[in-house]
Amino acid sequence: MAALTQSQFAAQLKKYYSFYTGGFIAFVIVLAILEQMGVPNKVLGYLFLLATIGLYAGIGIMSKTADVSEYYVAGRRVPAIFNGMATGADWMSAASFIGMAGTLYLTGYDGLAFVMGWTGGYVLVALFLAPYLRKFGQFTIPDFLGARYGGNIPRMIGVVAAIICSFVYVVAQIYGVGLITSRFTGLEFQIGVFVGLAGILVCSFLGGMRAVTWTQVAQYIILIIAYMIPVVWLSVKHTGNPIPQIAYGQALQGVAAKEKELNDPSTALGAAEATVRALHKEKQLATEEKLKALEEAMKNGTADSIVAEARAKLDTELAELKAAPEQDTKKIAAKEKEIKDLTGPEALKKKLKKAAEGAKAKAGPVAAHAVPFSGKGAEKKLLKENPDATPEEIAKAKAEDEKASNIKRKNFLALVLCLMVGTAALPHILMRYYTTPSVREARQSVFWSLFFIFLLYFTAPALAVLAKYEVYTNLVGSSFSALPAWVSNWSAVDAELMKIVDMNKDGFVQLAEITIGGDLIVLATPEIAGLPYVISGLVAAGGLAAALSTADGLLLTIANALSHDVYYKMLDPHASTVRRLTVSKALLLVVAVIAASVAAMKPGDILFLVGAAFSLAASAFFPALVLGVFWKRANKLGAIIGMLAGLGVCMYYMFITYDFFGGVDANQWWDIKPIAAGIFGIPIGFIGVIVGSMISPAPSKEVQELVDHVRYPNLEGDIDTRAA
Amino acid sequence: MQLTDKHREYWSRNLRLTAVLLAIWFVATFVASWYARELNEIVILGFPLGFYMGAQGSLIIFVLIIWFYARSMNKLDKEYGVHEGEEA
Repeated sequence: MAALTQSQFAAQLKKYYSFYTGGFIAFVIVLAILEQMGVPNKVLGYLFLLATIGLYAGIGIMSKTADVSEYYVAGRRVPAIFNGMATGADWMSAASFIGMAGTLYLTGYDGLAFVMGWTGGYVLVALFLAPYLRKFGQFTIPDFLGARYGGNIPRMIGVVAAIICSFVYVVAQIYGVGLITSRFTGLEFQIGVFVGLAGILVCSFLGGMRAVTWTQVAQYIILIIAYMIPVVWLSVKHTGNPIPQIAYGQALQGVAAKEKELNDPSTALGAAEATVRALHKEKQLATEEKLKALEEAMKNGTADSIVAEARAKLDTELAELKAAPEQDTKKIAAKEKEIKDLTGPEALKKKLKKAAEGAKAKAGPVAAHAVPFSGKGAEKKLLKENPDATPEEIAKAKAEDEKASNIKRKNFLALVLCLMVGTAALPHILMRYYTTPSVREARQSVFWSLFFIFLLYFTAPALAVLAKYEVYTNLVGSSFSALPAWVSNWSAVDAELMKIVDMNKDGFVQLAEITIGGDLIVLATPEIAGLPYVISGLVAAGGLAAALSTADGLLLTIANALSHDVYYKMLDPHASTVRRLTVSKALLLVVAVIAASVAAMKPGDILFLVGAAFSLAASAFFPALVLGVFWKRANKLGAIIGMLAGLGVCMYYMFITYDFFGGVDANQWWDIKPIAAGIFGIPIGFIGVIVGSMISPAPSKEVQELVDHVRYPNLEGDIDTRAA
Repeated sequence: MQLTDKHREYWSRNLRLTAVLLAIWFVATFVASWYARELNEIVILGFPLGFYMGAQGSLIIFVLIIWFYARSMNKLDKEYGVHEGEEA
């Protein structure tokens, strides 16, 4: 292919990927026909899994390479539009594909922080980083820090920060791969993790960035088709309009009307709802009572007996399940896990707390979907409990509501900022802009990246509302004897995703009787829309593509930081090409296996850690990178102080406020949640770079020339920083 | 390598464009979310405006900002003769 010019190359790519897309659609149609002929669902699930992973492996093998520039930056000839698709797949993880719409379903407006944050960050990438990094033209982000600020210390801090952010992120991706594989094939989770890992490795291992790029393009095409088909179908079903992003306004109004009805006890629906809420309230109070007793006992050192009692109760329940004439293996396994997890008073406390919170959430009125930053409902509660409250009491409750609402708003804005700046600082994304043929195409490529990401992100809010409309109108109020098929299917598959219990024994479904896990929304949409199983398989393949592509990009980032920045640049600058690639591949394998082993342990709090990665990246990289281009005076000491201070403040804040590390809410500064710790880290990072630079001499003439070099796409008599 | 006045002018025009687009980004993100409660009073096609901005409106603005930046800068490169050759 080396003889082709860039435009011939682009034309050829277009041809290949058009064929590929057509072929994929044909494959789905063939499977649909097989389904009609009676091939069981499980076989279809396997076919999807094997075919897609096989396809990615095929692309990986075809793109295998022994050339350094091909391995690290795909030979720098990825056309803007294809780099855009690859970035889209690189960017959208399992959390975006499967989790996003569910989060929006559960949290309404407040979940939009993720939609805005994960798209608006590309504005920063476009304006501040992509074109300049492309002109610089080396292999990794620490490369830029090393060249711009000189010496190994800034490079090393960059390597450490890149590894911290990317590693937690890649664990979450591999976890997602395991989940999807196990759900659709019935394999065990741990085996699913390693099957997925094989799929990831087969392409990044042989061909590095080159293979990852062309696989990611293929994965983007699958994931976007898989996301759109069910939503469009659902939109047509509910509104008769095939453009969900426009049509869902109508559904949103329907949802708002239902919310009002459900919260009004004078209507039939509202009255039934109120009875269930009362039951939740009772449960909440009882659990809180138990929690209090436990905490008291923990202080006195007598908690062990309470734990023993709880364990004995679970043991009896397990025995009952096992003694039943028809054994329910799923329930037994769940119970056994519950017993295993009950390790001591702390575990019991966590469990009770979660149960109390769950009951409390269901005991209150439904939150309105489109209303931002809703208060805590103190005024409503007061008027309900005491209709003759004095004006002062009402004013006080109102003030309380407003305060809660303002805190939510503050946190929303802080989170949006952290996600945006974090997006513009995550090495695996920035690295992608090294692969375009020119600065010009790097700029266009950011546009294409956001455009392709935008397609999914501006659809997710529509999907959330359409699903909510379905639940509120067709499920709530239906009879338990005639539940929709998708409800009974999913509640049989996984109680965490869908649980529905007739609490007040009236034979009809009330909203507060349904528990929905966020991931259900995307996974169950095909069934809600009444589509055949083959589309469910397609959605799973899409989720798998999203998780695999992100994991590929991240693994490569970590391995490259270690092999290129640490080994080649710092330890052995005279290493031969062959040796560099061998080291790189070996490290890739090691990192992948470590990440998969961590994921296989099913660590809790994984979602928090992913959110935390954004704050960390934002605080560590963004100030030093941006000032490196826009402020010539920034120097080595500034970069060192800025990066360390930003990262340090951010980690310190998470440490003192997040309960996973033993922190408490009381330590919060201005009520900011730990996930938005970057709001403190980013400004401290900027101040650090500025102060550190001002107290030490200006950078050398060569460095200043480097800055000019990256600022102009083409300068006469220019220096050359391109890496070979 | 010597920068001419023309080069400096190119850079300051780049900075100006960057600042303007950044301001639009700021308004579309932070001002719109800060006033989301108030904007929700306005309803267009069934969408409360504050919600719509967060779900779709701001996203569309982001895409347009980047499109406009790429187009303008690629033109500016040519205007000031700092563009790259065809086959870089």
